[in-house]
Amino acid sequence: MNHTPIADQQEGLHHPRSFLTKYIWSQDHKVIAIQYAATAIFVGLIAVVLSGLMRLQLGFPGSFDFINPSSYYQFVTMHGMIMVVYLLTALFLGGFGNYLIPLMIGTRDMVFPFLNMLSYWFYLVSVLILLASFFVPGGPTGAGWTLYPPQAILAGTPGTDWGIVLMLVSLAVFIVAFTMGGLNYVTTVLQARTRGMTLMRMPLTIWGIFTATVLGLLAFPALLVSAIMMLFDKLLGSSFFMPAIISMGEQLEHSGGSPVLFQHLFWFFGHPEVYIVALPAFGLVSDIIATHARKNIFGYRMMVWAIVIIGGLSFIVWAHHMYVSGMNPYFGFFFATTTLIIAVPTALKVYNWVLTLWQGNIHLTVPMLFAIGFIFTFIHGGLTGLFLGNVAVDLPLSDTYFVVGHFHMVMGVSPVLVIFAAVYHWFPKVSGLRFNEALGKWHFWITFLGAYAVFLPMHYLGFLGVPRRYYAMGDTAFLPDSAAGLNASITVAAIIVGVAQLFFIANIFLSLKRREVSDPNPWGCTTLEWQTPENPPAHGNWGEKLPVVYRWAYDFSVPGARWDFIPQNVAPEQVEWADRSLAPADHLPRHTGTENQSPDETDSSKTV
Amino acid sequence: MRIAITLLLLVIGTVAFHIWSPWWFTPLASNWHAIDTTVDITIWVTGFVFIAVNLFLAFAIYRYRKRPDQPDRKAAYEPENKKLEGWLTIITAAGVAIMLAPGLLVWSEFVRPPQDAAEFEVLGQQWHWTFRFPGEDGRLGKVATQFISEKNPFGIDPRDEAGLDDILVSDNELHLPEGKPLKALLRSKDVLHNFTVPQFRVKMDLVPGLQSFVWFTPTKPGKYEILCEELCGIAHFAMRGKVIVEPEQAFTQWLAGKPTFAQSQQIAAGDPVKGQAHYATCAACHGPNGEGNPSLKAPRLAGMSEWYLKRQIHYFREGIRGASPEDKLGQQMAPMANTLPDQQAVVDVATYLSALPEFTPLTTIHGDTRRGRHYYVTCGACHGQQGEGNFATNSPRLAGQRDWYLKQQLLNFKAGLRGTHQKDSYGHEMLFMARILTDEQAIDDVLAYINSLDGVHE
Repeated sequence: MNHTPIADQQEGLHHPRSFLTKYIWSQDHKVIAIQYAATAIFVGLIAVVLSGLMRLQLGFPGSFDFINPSSYYQFVTMHGMIMVVYLLTALFLGGFGNYLIPLMIGTRDMVFPFLNMLSYWFYLVSVLILLASFFVPGGPTGAGWTLYPPQAILAGTPGTDWGIVLMLVSLAVFIVAFTMGGLNYVTTVLQARTRGMTLMRMPLTIWGIFTATVLGLLAFPALLVSAIMMLFDKLLGSSFFMPAIISMGEQLEHSGGSPVLFQHLFWFFGHPEVYIVALPAFGLVSDIIATHARKNIFGYRMMVWAIVIIGGLSFIVWAHHMYVSGMNPYFGFFFATTTLIIAVPTALKVYNWVLTLWQGNIHLTVPMLFAIGFIFTFIHGGLTGLFLGNVAVDLPLSDTYFVVGHFHMVMGVSPVLVIFAAVYHWFPKVSGLRFNEALGKWHFWITFLGAYAVFLPMHYLGFLGVPRRYYAMGDTAFLPDSAAGLNASITVAAIIVGVAQLFFIANIFLSLKRREVSDPNPWGCTTLEWQTPENPPAHGNWGEKLPVVYRWAYDFSVPGARWDFIPQNVAPEQVEWADRSLAPADHLPRHTGTENQSPDETDSSKTV
Repeated sequence: MRIAITLLLLVIGTVAFHIWSPWWFTPLASNWHAIDTTVDITIWVTGFVFIAVNLFLAFAIYRYRKRPDQPDRKAAYEPENKKLEGWLTIITAAGVAIMLAPGLLVWSEFVRPPQDAAEFEVLGQQWHWTFRFPGEDGRLGKVATQFISEKNPFGIDPRDEAGLDDILVSDNELHLPEGKPLKALLRSKDVLHNFTVPQFRVKMDLVPGLQSFVWFTPTKPGKYEILCEELCGIAHFAMRGKVIVEPEQAFTQWLAGKPTFAQSQQIAAGDPVKGQAHYATCAACHGPNGEGNPSLKAPRLAGMSEWYLKRQIHYFREGIRGASPEDKLGQQMAPMANTLPDQQAVVDVATYLSALPEFTPLTTIHGDTRRGRHYYVTCGACHGQQGEGNFATNSPRLAGQRDWYLKQQLLNFKAGLRGTHQKDSYGHEMLFMARILTDEQAIDDVLAYINSLDGVHE
């Protein structure tokens, strides 16, 4: 199958004619990516503030009279939901996915640009609905980000009048937005790659985003139906999730529903969701590590298969979130086994990142520092996952601060460090400008060390038995006084980390203001997006002619080559050699080895 | 360079924190030491990986960082190394198996309670624990949500003979015999809850509409805390209980003092005429119509819920309330409560008082009702949106009570003069809540708002 005609289609591009069509109602994937990213970072900052408020209460209970239990649970809920769905999912897929997919695979835009634009505007609507819940009577829902019924729709929980309805509607709209974007990403990757860009030549970034999008398309429907079913329970009096209940002394009309059914549906979405966030992060960080270590990613094929296998397995581990939910306990055997199996490909990815650094030529740039920080926090978060995934070990730790520490380390801090790495890495491409390196390094050190100081101690509060989602511990006999001191220190660290994010925001705005023009390929990257004729890339990305791909994305430090990187679109005969005798045989012209076929031979044999 | 050293220090620091931090599991008080062993195995395996991989990472960065003195150094070119990748896969799989195998073995014990495990029931509701033990027949009676009422809070099917001798524990203090395997059957009236005693290691959710279980053998006598560990609404964090593990004899004695379901159904209704006669003594302070008296600091009693009056008089009689010498007014009331001759007299007085006519007391406390309304969101979850009180949440009526009395009680809760007695399980929950009102202004504000409520349930 030759994909080039789709990659090169010009008629669908709708060249912008006015300010409005260029920056607001734009169908250009790059503008949409920036819109997605800016919106996601904006709501993310709100969620950061919410976490600060929570930490104030936990660190210094009873000192802030505007934080009562009701508002505390609202902060917890909104913080969690915003971070997981509206920040991480939207930023990795809507932001980085949108920007990088067409550029990295060498096409002019997404295959459905209009749908892509709609995707952003639906996303914005979902964000506005979500934020509106702060202003309705009763405020946003305080049911926890897992929204477990019956609690989520019954008296005794904050925001059961309006808040929960807006939350569910917002999620439904978000899923519509995601589906429009997701179908686009998948179709574009499968159908619009440029000549020579076989699947096994795609950068790992694309593999991560592509696989995550497939997961999203399969997982989000479970959340959509559970949101709609809960709306029916709440508004129409159905009983999908509602058994016979006495609420506050009154018999309700419901009967026969199952709260555990909701948990199964939620986690059938919720666990793949972890990988919807993690896989793009794996991909991005792989490319950043290889580039800044000037070395090929170690074990590319294994990295690709690990992404695919992790993605597949992520659909059969969901009930490890439910070991103590009251479901049939025999399920524990199956889900503990599948969960621990998933550790194997995940561990291999970590080994391969570290082995990529081994014998590299490591440039400790700002993106690289964040990437190294990610490896460290991800190792920590991955290992603590082995506690919670192993059903018997989960018993004492489930629902404690160990869980909070674990998932913040593995899907909070780790992906966020990758986001920062990626923003610093691609900033010169997106804006064409340089950022301030000193500010970036300050941002890294405070964020990395601060976040570890926040989340490492939480695991130990969990060992001790401190439950999560407690507004205050009060006098609890088994807790030593030092636990309160530890909580206070966590809060101080958290506030410092939160404030340090101003370095990041300031860096972006200062750089945009100073306008120091960046080299078009300042890091010496091999991937296509750095080879555009203009920087930042113009509408249509490639000027007259699409790039043609001759090699994988990791030709760094090829023996004998004059430079320490060979971009993907450099033909074998164009490579500059310093010492041709050292060149690997498959890098020389007229050879048709696996790494380096001429583009014409590729498409029929190597793709879908 | 700096990052390599930092990683090294983080590894050392993490290990040191692990070894020397005082925050670790509470001492085990059940048979589940196998769980602790599995945790230990997991710590050793993951600890090894954590140290090994991070030290390798730090060393790789240190060794292969770009250095100004070696401007021409190039990275190696090594796309893959199948042998190494194969070995790493095998070693990782082995490490995972070492953790998983004992975990599954322990779990296979957990899912199969011993045949001889004694059953009892844990019943959760927002935000209170109650318990039920089988009577002489050794069987728990059938239950259904439709039977739950003020008189039958456990929802026991009155037609089921097996339920009549069930022993009911209506406060949140649970006693358990030491050294016997026990199977707790878990049930919820309203939302999800979770039965956790950290020292027992095991936990399980209570799910409305189904029955779950958790089994354990308490091995160490002592007093432990029950925590709800599944978010269950505003007062989730205050949903605590107590377990007292004691020798079987003491346990049997404790159980014998609890009413059976049949007994709980036989308590005679109060007689308001007799109650009026008993009230004559009380009227000196509380007023002829139970309207209260500001100069004597006696609260209003008229129109208060019968169940609440009964409970509080009982508390005063038992020294559960008014026990602290600093609580001067409470201390005055304690001997007065004891002038009532018997339990029936308490019931009669309560019945009489609850039916006395309504009136609107004078407002003496002023504050910002808007701020008060903000605080009251929390209070209203239990006490009702109109301050009408709710038996189901064990919360008395607030609307129409004398505001200076409410203030005194809030101050008492905050100061630990009320709600700290071991047996005052309902007051204990209020202790958590009173702390939300950070200062006296906050108390005045919320009372100003409560003064504006009419106490009529919508």
